Amino acid sequence: MNYAADVRALARKDLLLELRARDTLPAMLLFVVAIFVVFHFSLPDRSSDLAASGLLWVAIVFTALLGLGRAFVPEREQRMFDGLVLAPCDRSAIWLAKSIATFAFLALAELVALPVFALFFHGIDGTTVLAFLLADVGICAVGTLVGAMAVVTRARDLLLPLLFLPLAIPILIGGVGASVVASPGRYLLFLALYDALFAVLCWASFEYVVTE
Amino acid sequence: MTVVGRSYRISLPALAAASLVLVTTALVLVFFVAPTDADQGFSQRIFYFHVSIAFTSYLCFGLGAWKALVHLWKRDPNADLESYVGIHQGVIFGSLVLITGSIWARISWGHWWLWSENQLVLFLVLFLFYCAYFMLRYSVDAGPARMNMSAVYALFGVVLIPVSFLAIRLSQRFIHPIVFDSHAPSNMTGAQWLAFLVSFAAMLLLFATLYNVELAGKRIDAHLRELKELLT
Repeated sequence: MNYAADVRALARKDLLLELRARDTLPAMLLFVVAIFVVFHFSLPDRSSDLAASGLLWVAIVFTALLGLGRAFVPEREQRMFDGLVLAPCDRSAIWLAKSIATFAFLALAELVALPVFALFFHGIDGTTVLAFLLADVGICAVGTLVGAMAVVTRARDLLLPLLFLPLAIPILIGGVGASVVASPGRYLLFLALYDALFAVLCWASFEYVVTE
Repeated sequence: MTVVGRSYRISLPALAAASLVLVTTALVLVFFVAPTDADQGFSQRIFYFHVSIAFTSYLCFGLGAWKALVHLWKRDPNADLESYVGIHQGVIFGSLVLITGSIWARISWGHWWLWSENQLVLFLVLFLFYCAYFMLRYSVDAGPARMNMSAVYALFGVVLIPVSFLAIRLSQRFIHPIVFDSHAPSNMTGAQWLAFLVSFAAMLLLFATLYNVELAGKRIDAHLRELKELLT
């Protein structure tokens, strides 16, 4: 099989698993709506729309964390990791397929979260949507790699946010910048740069994370 | 057995003595020889240490990442240990950057923390990142898997440094519209340059000493563990 076929097969497996078991996406959706309600009550009266825009990014990063924490759980519970690593395919295909699957979950969660946000707080412009798309790529690329690290440690779920959040701070800065300033060009460019840089790094280094 | 116990070219006591002499010289130069800054007064003197500690810290993280790369490349357990020790020293020097920066911020601007100081914010992000490195390392059993993961994470760090730096600079535009003037004196006199260069050299030598001391300790640990395994 060639590389693309490997990636397609692996991503299809994750999506099918989610379609049948439905553990991740409903949890992400419920979480993001719950967190909006929490934000409503944590924003005092007369606080600006800008504050809500910033909190939207926090909500999405946390929702992504929830999804990333689940990403490698089936592999761990069913002891599939060794099988995947032993399979005659490039190890980076595992990372790419898992990133695509997480990206799909996150994008679907946002498809619901952004309209709900618009309903609860204020409208969202096209730039913000574009910024979210760019940010999702970075979040899934980096998050999948650190998720694969965290899942084999003793601390597991405890470790993922600690590993992920410092790496996500630049994404958050780029995203919030793109949503709140008048000329967001440089922030979108920064997000694209982050995606390119870290995607290459994750793609190249994933093999070392899963092999000995 | 062959992996541990590399011989040193310079003896540790000599290195320690040299760094003691150089740190003392730097202290004398900074406090008694360098002229007081016209704009910032006495508090500007902390920069001779703050800036040189910050550079040393970057160097530590760079060294850690370089050794991580060497490890991934050659599968050398020594390189893994060196990478860990480099990052450990980097975090120690990084904490000193946060402390000295905080002291300066308190005296100059009246607050212990300033979000408008890019260098400080960057070190806070790096501090969080590398603390997670230790959490990761101590949450996996020693072995090749741990070495690989630590190495990959260390490499992420060295990419994160410029990316975060850029991001924090970008964030100033919407978080702090007022950017303070660069605090480094633009036209430093000869004596100021001398004080800075000597303190920088002192910090580098101090780092070299601490690095070698910790590495020697870690190697003895590894050696001892191997001997124990042989006995049992």
